[in-house]
Amino acid sequence: MSAADVTSVAYLVAAVLFILGLKGLARPRTAPRGNLLGASGMLVAILATLLDRSIVDFRVLLAGLVVGSAIGAVLAVRVQMTGMPQLVALFNGFGGGASVLVAGASFLAVVDEGLVDNQLAIAAALTALIGVVTLTGSLVAFVKLQEVLSLGGFRGQGVLRAVLAVVAVAAAVMVVVSPADTGWFWLLVGAGALLGILGTVAIGGADMPVVIALLNAFSGLAASTAGFVLDNPLLIIAGSLVGASGVILTQIMCTSMNRSLFDVVFGSMATGGVVADADEVYGDRVTSTSAEEVAMILEVAERVVIVPGYGLAVAQAQHAVRDLMRTLNDAGTEVVFGIHPVAGRMPGHMNVLLAEAEIDYECLLDMDQVNPTFAQTDVTIVIGANDVVNPLARTDPDSPIAGMPVLNVDESRTVVVIKRSLGAGFAGIPNPLFAADGTLMLFGDGKKAVLDVVAALLNA
Amino acid sequence: MTLLIALTLFVLAVFLGMELISKVPATLHTPLMSGSNAVSGITLIGALVSAGTDHSTLTTLLGFFAVVLATINVVGGFLVTGRMLSMFSSGSRKRP
Repeated sequence: MSAADVTSVAYLVAAVLFILGLKGLARPRTAPRGNLLGASGMLVAILATLLDRSIVDFRVLLAGLVVGSAIGAVLAVRVQMTGMPQLVALFNGFGGGASVLVAGASFLAVVDEGLVDNQLAIAAALTALIGVVTLTGSLVAFVKLQEVLSLGGFRGQGVLRAVLAVVAVAAAVMVVVSPADTGWFWLLVGAGALLGILGTVAIGGADMPVVIALLNAFSGLAASTAGFVLDNPLLIIAGSLVGASGVILTQIMCTSMNRSLFDVVFGSMATGGVVADADEVYGDRVTSTSAEEVAMILEVAERVVIVPGYGLAVAQAQHAVRDLMRTLNDAGTEVVFGIHPVAGRMPGHMNVLLAEAEIDYECLLDMDQVNPTFAQTDVTIVIGANDVVNPLARTDPDSPIAGMPVLNVDESRTVVVIKRSLGAGFAGIPNPLFAADGTLMLFGDGKKAVLDVVAALLNA
Repeated sequence: MTLLIALTLFVLAVFLGMELISKVPATLHTPLMSGSNAVSGITLIGALVSAGTDHSTLTTLLGFFAVVLATINVVGGFLVTGRMLSMFSSGSRKRP
């Protein structure tokens, strides 16, 4: 067998390992092994590539591997679980960026040799566009999530975006028509970079999980098109596997918000809705409560559901919530968590936070599991969530969130809402749940409020 | 590899990816995303070749930065996924 054959067989092994890895990652019990299988596949692929005979100098390549491993390891070990959405966004972006650079280097080399054909030029143009949008889009998402800068949309953004899209398409066509003029390639990269920035800069809040999932799909797609440039089957296979899984996650996130991908990307909330006046909804019907009163209600409860939202992450209240759960469990009370698919800033964000606090994943119920049980629930505690528990989505067909699947917490006997104020959520509408008869508002910081309740329970 | 074979691989892998992921529970959404994201760092193998061939200084330089970015993606991605998954537990963990 020649060295090239060995490499090909090794790539096949790597592809199988990636497939088994992703399959494993889809189930809780097999997920750790799935991750290891994926990592082994990558190791096999890297070792096989080092046999490539066109590699003449290992110094640059090893330097890159060492620098990249060091940076990646430090980031992965240091990140707090609350910062996970930012880190995933950043890694996504780096993957997209790497695809652009690879496509660029390979395209330039082939152009110099005068061997460009249409297939290669088209693939290079696509990789450049998708990859660079992934890179800059992810960087913007990172900046927004890390709250380094507060970015927002601006007037004329739509027009500018359209102009840039036209420039990018024109440049892409020129890359194919006249590949020897490599300036077109870099113009395409530049226009794509600006498009990625403008595409994500106005997206915020509850739409973030959709964006992160979409960028995940893009990073896979960019690797896949890079495979067409390099004529490498493993890149094509691994990239499209990831692209497909990203698309599915994006779809799940959109369905959970009852918003189309178009609305998310182009930043329009559902229009024509009638937004009720906050004073009219709340009036003097809002009942404020104290930690002691909440503790008294919890003492006689048999079943408690905790509904976490992004506010839980902001307040870093996951460990306090764990203490509350254990205190109640010790008193014989059943406690489960009801998690909306878009709670938090990325898909599954709440689950990771609660897992960090050593809460058993079997206590974490998703929307379809928990919704039928609210009617048999004594107390539901909502922490830092708003729109995802708004009954208007069910009852008011004119509401901007009409039709969005929500957690029906209002069906439980008592609802305790822990929140800083009556401020509106991402949808910008008041929530009649807060003024409902069975609802008690516990105003304050999420972590402190929960700890106060725990203290009151222990003192009773 | 002809274009047709490449396209065949692409389409089949997309369908396979959808089948593999379609029933994943919400609990695993984040680890799945960071794990699959690490797999998309497979671009690394293309980057290694670009960085190792002595075509021109520019392509070697592009290759070097591609290796760095892709390695961050791969190493960081698998490590952080492993870290997250080690926190997920079910029943087996004893409470203090």
